[in-house]
Amino acid sequence: MTENRFSYTLDSTLETVDAAEEAATRIATDQGFGEDEVMQIAMAVREATVNAVLHGNAYDPSKKVNLDFEKTTSDLVITIRDQGRGLDLAKLPDPLAADNLLKTSGRGIFLIRSFMDEVQIRPSQTGTEIKLVKHVHGTAANGKEVTQ
Amino acid sequence: MSMKISTRQVDGVTIVDSSGRITLGEGSVTLRDTVRDLLAKGQKKILVNLGDVNYIDSSGIGELVSAFTTVRNQGGELKLLNLTKKVHDLLQITKLYTVFDVKDDEAAAVKSFS
Repeated sequence: MTENRFSYTLDSTLETVDAAEEAATRIATDQGFGEDEVMQIAMAVREATVNAVLHGNAYDPSKKVNLDFEKTTSDLVITIRDQGRGLDLAKLPDPLAADNLLKTSGRGIFLIRSFMDEVQIRPSQTGTEIKLVKHVHGTAANGKEVTQ
Repeated sequence: MSMKISTRQVDGVTIVDSSGRITLGEGSVTLRDTVRDLLAKGQKKILVNLGDVNYIDSSGIGELVSAFTTVRNQGGELKLLNLTKKVHDLLQITKLYTVFDVKDDEAAAVKSFS
């Protein structure tokens, strides 16, 4: 029987970011995604984990990042949870706005939405939870925000 | 693979040959330090060769933007050379492709500096 769920509890370190990306690459490849889609999934997971480690948990060694992968026949569903103070989506700047093009940060969530088919961001019991979905036969290059 | 950088001079232009990954942490710091050192030495015509850079994340994009604006603010020019498809696509979707001066021929790129 093929294992379809993978869960990791990770420290709030830069090494965690690389480990999350590597896990995403391995699992997406195993599920049969093509090279470009694997890269997109891995980058989305990397960016979400960066947010969790840096902006959520702020490198706090007492706080963890939870990373879950679930493979279904139609999707790869990835959930990343931190233990931070939460993310105010309303305050996220549009990185494509002319005034923001030359800013050195603020593109992570934009890239995640660009690369995944569905993106849900919401407060969890302990911080922020971001759920990323890539359809197995998805063709969309632009992720759609799913309202709660 | 972490980022590796070497520099060489061609007709007054510093070519920064880069390889590996420009990502949060070491890769971004390596690029930042290189550009800072070049500016400190008065080398303000900088051509960043990304031909062997196979991966860049949002932090790496931010470092490229930072390098671009830092050089420009000091009266210099920073251009990009030999983008891989992945890096090209990332600059396209972030609308930065038209912000950077992107070249695909080294000799022509060197000549293009004022």
